[in-house]
Amino acid sequence: MGVNRRDFLKIAGIAGLFGLSGRAAMDILAPGELEAAEKPVAPPGVKRWAMVVDSRKMDEALMDKCIEACHREHNVPNYGNPKEEIKWVWKEDYHHSFPGQQHAFIEEDLKHKEFLLMCNHCSNPPCCRVCPTQATFQREDGIIMMDMHRCIGCRFCMAACPFGARSFNWGDPWRVTRVEELKKLNPDFPTNRTYPTRSKGVVEKCTFCASRLARGEVPACVEAANEVTEGALIFGDLNDPESGVREALRKHYSIRRKPELGTEPNLYFIV
Amino acid sequence: MLDTALKGRQGYWSWLIFLLALMGVGLGCYLYQFQEGLRITGMSRDVSWGFYIAQFTYLVGVAASGVMVVLPYYLHNYKAFGRITVLGEFLAIAAITMCLLFIFVDLGNPVRILNVILYPTPNSILFWDMIVLNVYLLLNLFVGWNVLSAERKGIPYRKWVKVLAYISIPWAFSIHTVTAFLYAGLPGRHFWLTAIMAARFLASAFCSGPALLILLCLIVRKVSRFDPGREQIRTLSGIVAYAMILNVFFFLLELFTAFYSQIPSHKIHFIFLFAGLEGYGKLAPWMWTATGFAILSLILLIVPATRRNLDTLAVACAAVVIATWIDKGLGLIIGGFTPNPFERVTPYWPTTPEIFITVGVWATGFFVLTVLYKMAVSVKEEVGA
Repeated sequence: MGVNRRDFLKIAGIAGLFGLSGRAAMDILAPGELEAAEKPVAPPGVKRWAMVVDSRKMDEALMDKCIEACHREHNVPNYGNPKEEIKWVWKEDYHHSFPGQQHAFIEEDLKHKEFLLMCNHCSNPPCCRVCPTQATFQREDGIIMMDMHRCIGCRFCMAACPFGARSFNWGDPWRVTRVEELKKLNPDFPTNRTYPTRSKGVVEKCTFCASRLARGEVPACVEAANEVTEGALIFGDLNDPESGVREALRKHYSIRRKPELGTEPNLYFIV
Repeated sequence: MLDTALKGRQGYWSWLIFLLALMGVGLGCYLYQFQEGLRITGMSRDVSWGFYIAQFTYLVGVAASGVMVVLPYYLHNYKAFGRITVLGEFLAIAAITMCLLFIFVDLGNPVRILNVILYPTPNSILFWDMIVLNVYLLLNLFVGWNVLSAERKGIPYRKWVKVLAYISIPWAFSIHTVTAFLYAGLPGRHFWLTAIMAARFLASAFCSGPALLILLCLIVRKVSRFDPGREQIRTLSGIVAYAMILNVFFFLLELFTAFYSQIPSHKIHFIFLFAGLEGYGKLAPWMWTATGFAILSLILLIVPATRRNLDTLAVACAAVVIATWIDKGLGLIIGGFTPNPFERVTPYWPTTPEIFITVGVWATGFFVLTVLYKMAVSVKEEVGA
């Protein structure tokens, strides 16, 4: 954000009252802001991950493929019960994806179109603000991570997230290997033995496949989508002007979910 | 002083055993929940807080209301309340005990609860809530206990007790303000995102708590030789009347903003609560019941004759407790989560084990309250004899 003229004057005014001046005032009243304002927008070497969903290229079958790839990667169990559902990436229609944007005479195509939703990895994340244990936190590259082994299960982050992107393990995920009817829904659970296991009573969500990124791979959903339709999901670094995401956003009109709340989502939709 | 709690008549012991039985049932259900996870409750990914957090919110109000007897006595030297300050403080102790238990039973991973202290996070309101609630509990324990034991010995209490009592006054306001901030700072939850939330919480606290205290005083009068006093009850009833008027007024302010502005996301939660949405209207009869009781209580509290008559006052106080409990203990949380961020309705209703765990926590609170009140009343009887 940096410091604009108005904020600077406010800080200077308050500082005057307390007899502070110059850099000391900035350090006390707005720590870090001055440095941030002095630095270029993109500190060299720091990435800011984002995703562009090109909804024109998406269809239901492709979205299902993305969801399956994600759920297999992260051992997301299927309980067959919407109240207990764990959602990392999911489908939602236009009206419910962008509530408040719908109107009675909307384009027929859009009215019935499903959108691929996931965590927005907001630049200003309310979930991280409310977490009492820093179990959910923002990495330098913008990814909102979730430490499922520190989470106490208070679910404050679920109340804070305006996008319904967080799911809770209401029961033990491993019971899908014990209960007969659940076994049928999850025949080969766990599908990825290298992914850390979680217990009941913790929150989880999309992590932009942080572990795949660390290996230099793209997120599982992006890989699955682009195997079928090139450019359906574009993933990349917003700090790199030459990246695919920047190019897509430069060339097309894009929207984000609930931008008015100021959370700065990093998931963009081309409609 | 605990010795006085170990001597009692049959009615006292039967009541305690009854509460212990309820606590036992609650504990059994909690062990089941501990084993199976919170899926045994009615909560879901859309209504991710339910009955437990709602009770917690209501009881923070009851705890904060102790200040309504402490403040006039210590700050305004209103001597009459000296007789019942300890009752207000002990009610606060019991209420905070329940608050902490409700938070505990709501945690998905209770064995990790110390992570809140091991990784202190000042930007989380929950961190501050943990601090203010625990300190308020300690303040009331120290002040209530020391004042009562000084009274028993017939000596004035020590100076530092008065200092703690002074601190406890703004502290009481802080516990309910911080609890309101848990809700009022969340983007995208329009039912809670309102600047008047903390003020509304305090108003509802300062009518429901003293109303409960009046009812307890009337019970104490019946079952013991200690009379909390007519003047005390009359002053309390005035406090309840003013606070209930403010509480209803603040609620009407919310309605005005939502319905005159006509902003759908602000209106929709009220519509869900009072009329139902997408065919789900289980809360509507409850909300209208609360409205009925609120109107009844206002009439009985505002008309001087019914406010001064102890029988009609008892009815008014019960009506206040019911109306505020439905408002905060049901409507506030469920209404805040419905509809969800996708504007979809996911029904929520507490399950049987969830209700038994809730009853178990309430029974624990009343157990603590009974033992503390027994001590207070025994000392008052001793001194009075």
